[in-house]
Amino acid sequence: MILEAFQNNTFINLSYILASVLFIFGLKMLSSPDTAQRGNFVSSLGMLLAVVVTLLSKEIVSFQFILIGLIGGGAVGAIAAVRIKMTSMPELVALLNGFGGASSLLVASAELFALTASNLVAMIAIGIATIIGGVTFSGSLIAFGKLSEIMPGKPYLFVGQKILTGLIILLLLLLLFQFSSGIFFAEILFGFDWINEQYALILLIALSLLLGILLAIPIGGADMPVIIALLNSYSGLAACAAGFVIGNNVLIVAGSLVGASGLILTNIMCKAMNRSLLNVLFGGFGATDSSSPSGEGKVQGDVKPINIADSYLILEAASSVLIVPGYGMAVSQAQHSVRELGELLQDNGCEVKYAIHPVAGRMPGHMNVLLAEANVSYDVLVEPQDVNPIMDTIDVCIVIGANDVVNPDAREDESSPIYGMPVIEVDRAKTVFVLKRSMASGFAGIENSLFFKQNTRMLFGDAKESVSGLVSEFKS
Amino acid sequence: MEMMLLLFVLVLSIFLGFELINKVPSTLHTPLMSGANAISGITLVGAILSSGGDSSSITIALGTIAVFLASLNVVGGYLVTNRMLRMFKKK
Repeated sequence: MILEAFQNNTFINLSYILASVLFIFGLKMLSSPDTAQRGNFVSSLGMLLAVVVTLLSKEIVSFQFILIGLIGGGAVGAIAAVRIKMTSMPELVALLNGFGGASSLLVASAELFALTASNLVAMIAIGIATIIGGVTFSGSLIAFGKLSEIMPGKPYLFVGQKILTGLIILLLLLLLFQFSSGIFFAEILFGFDWINEQYALILLIALSLLLGILLAIPIGGADMPVIIALLNSYSGLAACAAGFVIGNNVLIVAGSLVGASGLILTNIMCKAMNRSLLNVLFGGFGATDSSSPSGEGKVQGDVKPINIADSYLILEAASSVLIVPGYGMAVSQAQHSVRELGELLQDNGCEVKYAIHPVAGRMPGHMNVLLAEANVSYDVLVEPQDVNPIMDTIDVCIVIGANDVVNPDAREDESSPIYGMPVIEVDRAKTVFVLKRSMASGFAGIENSLFFKQNTRMLFGDAKESVSGLVSEFKS
Repeated sequence: MEMMLLLFVLVLSIFLGFELINKVPSTLHTPLMSGANAISGITLVGAILSSGGDSSSITIALGTIAVFLASLNVVGGYLVTNRMLRMFKKK
């Protein structure tokens, strides 16, 4: 009796509404530092509720496979979440996005085989969920490969790439039309009567996977934050489309919330680079190396190296220091030493802030996560627009493994590919230390005139070793 | 008609999503992304219905793989987001 009350459709649908409300509150709370952790918990309660009431549903006749999937997937996810190093977070996020997309694709495919009567709306939804899910899955796998350095991180471009991508999109649309209408051109034109929806679905999956690969391979390392945010959005849209397939509102609400939040992040990333989304997706930024016309033959002056002992003397006398971290800090795992240096400077009576550019690193917020892991308080992390107006008053800027986001050419050199990008204007500080392995150009392959400025001192070597060297100078 | 209702919900939720999170401090970009990603694992509901339903073995098979991947996404996403947010502290 009691069980039957819970299996009631009204009860299930009311629970889905409650789950949607929990997602909305959770996401809202996630966008403020004080409430974020509770927000994540609230949204996970929504998920638990949605899953539990679905399990109670009368439509479910057997639990064995569900349990295998739930326990297996949950265990793998839990292990990955606990074990992953903070520096590898971009890879994990990319992979999880991909699995979400793949899952929506599979739900849509499974539904096709369960369909008893042909239904135009359901077929369109299945087709769209398959396409978005497939693009999300293969695109995320490529992003994962590039981030984990299984694949080369450089943009991969070939002749006719855009034409091929366009052609595949066109084919997908044609196929989607045939798939949902049941009118197959190959049958009409060539008499292939063996063609049916299931073959079309397989073709649809193959083409979507190919499209995802083609969209992700031209993206270079420095543009990774954009593509990760975009794939995040796609994973939501795929869930949303799956919601149309099974006619379920909670999937549509949750999916479109994620789709919207991913798009907002994508937009923030594009603005931070002063580039349009189309330019990021198809520009192949950084595929050409540093032989850009602007860098050639320009008198840039000398690079002035500095050693640790001299840097220490300058830092020791400084009353305000701005630390600007970039991907190089993540690579050399220097975040803990950086925090130690920051604390020593503070003990020395110096004001220390960290300026973080939105696209520093390989995913949105990458640097913030690393510094949080190293126990840096989040209220000393500032954004470029907060720190640029007071840059002239800062004694020393320490640039750790950042390059393009501090390049003065973005303001000074109209011929530079990054001209117009909002940067952290470190060159206006009294002294700039640049911690760098060698004189190689940044990931976008662009010369950086910061290295040649009068007030710049280059501290060559591994970032972690250099920072640790400074730390021990302070301690001695 | 049911289709229209679903579309209605879709359009309203997209607007809601944009209003809800239009200003996010950059400190929270990564956790917001991974937390949102965990929510997109809601497709698990559809996967469960396919995997446990009274249908052909191919639907059950596809559904079960979908359950596996979606649970990985959900559990991994929420846990890793929580792990990150625990580190964000003001001192």
